[in-house]
Amino acid sequence: MSNIPAELRFAESHEWARLESDGTITVGISDHAQEALGDVVFVELPEIGKVFAAADAAGVVESVKAASDIYSPVGGEVIAVNEALGDAPESLNDNPYEAWIFKVKPSNTAELDKLLDAAGYKAAIGE
Amino acid sequence: MGQRTPLFDLHLALGAKLVDFGGWDMPLHYGSQVEEHHQVRRDCGIFDVSHMNVIDISGSQAKAWLQHLLANDVGRLQSTGRALYSAMLNTDGGIIDDMIVYLTDSGYRLVVNAATGATDLAWMQAHLAGLDVQLHERPELAMLAIQGPHARQKIAELVTSARAALIQTLKPFEGQSEGDWFIARTGYTGEDGLEIILPAEQAPSFFNDMVGAGIPPIGLGARDTLRLEAGMNLYGQDIDRHVSPLVANMAWTIAWEPADRDFIGRAALEDERAAGIGSKLVGLVLEERGVLRARQVVRIAEVGEGEITSGSFSPTLSKSIALARVPMATADRAEVEIRGKWYPVRVVQPTFVRHGKALI
Repeated sequence: MSNIPAELRFAESHEWARLESDGTITVGISDHAQEALGDVVFVELPEIGKVFAAADAAGVVESVKAASDIYSPVGGEVIAVNEALGDAPESLNDNPYEAWIFKVKPSNTAELDKLLDAAGYKAAIGE
Repeated sequence: MGQRTPLFDLHLALGAKLVDFGGWDMPLHYGSQVEEHHQVRRDCGIFDVSHMNVIDISGSQAKAWLQHLLANDVGRLQSTGRALYSAMLNTDGGIIDDMIVYLTDSGYRLVVNAATGATDLAWMQAHLAGLDVQLHERPELAMLAIQGPHARQKIAELVTSARAALIQTLKPFEGQSEGDWFIARTGYTGEDGLEIILPAEQAPSFFNDMVGAGIPPIGLGARDTLRLEAGMNLYGQDIDRHVSPLVANMAWTIAWEPADRDFIGRAALEDERAAGIGSKLVGLVLEERGVLRARQVVRIAEVGEGEITSGSFSPTLSKSIALARVPMATADRAEVEIRGKWYPVRVVQPTFVRHGKALI
């Protein structure tokens, strides 16, 4: 059983999204995703200022096993990336809900409602 | 559902994440592949390699037959227990399989790859006609590899005194029988260690004894990064039936002398050598962040292009490394294309780590 925090929203492609008090959205990958990937050894971060639509490929997480795209769960402009993952990519394994990957200024906050809630994600991953 | 080794239930009980490997359900890791890798380099760990095929060869013409069948020369094995690594080639000089051959009291013991076992046997049987040679598959045997700098010392404490004495006196690349066990000082990690072939019904309790003594199980994930750091080829990835040993860093396994030994593939290899060998298998080291992967394109300025055959992250070196087949004229620099961008790499001898130490 993986950890699925109730306050987060999830994409079916296993990213989590958290609406912050300033209206920005923080993005990472779920506990289930890090478990499936295995030891993460490299994260290719998006460029700050880049604008994505929801479900666009925004970065790459490489584990020892394979490379996996990270998709932006909502559309918007990238306003910050977690540079600390450069030296500590394994923090995605250790603390998947603290080790965020990037933050977006959403073009339409309502897109968040299209994502799965914790119960929906739990069902989607068969737990 | 794939085939299962006698240790399948124990792997599950130990929390293994499973993967299909050549038709077998095998442990990929038991938690962290990187931790398992370090465990083997620093101390030791156990691999279940019971999926590999053991074939015993006997008969008065066994030696002559293997001298025809294999690119390396079993005539070099002078005393019981000595072993050699060899390719078995097709007539085009392509590698049908790679294997270890031990000289035993009753003939030879071959240990071949899991996925190629049926092909190997068909090829061997097709070349048996009229000879006094018997092939004896041994599916009733299990095989455990215990690898790492402390492997021999720790195993010696868990076995009978006769087996402990053998473990302490085995030379590298030697394998001997003791009762119904066959104990060899061989492996696929670049570390010291043992490979033990034993009756399948004894494997679970021995495996439990080892785990109980603090020697953890290691999955195929770490086996792959360990062998890659050691610069050892993986059949189906770095070598296959379209690849000659001359372009696979395996020239040392071809016994050209005696010149009149007519092994299968010899004529093709001689032609290849006479025409000039076009490419070579080298090591690549990525100095920037990123991960090299099989099938990525390698570009060498003013020379040409090559391809990565195996690539991963090296836990020992904390950077990505790869094996790549590149044009013979390649010097010490190249570039690799990762997701549309070219990254500079260093070209090195393809042995990255040996006995716990970085060689690059």
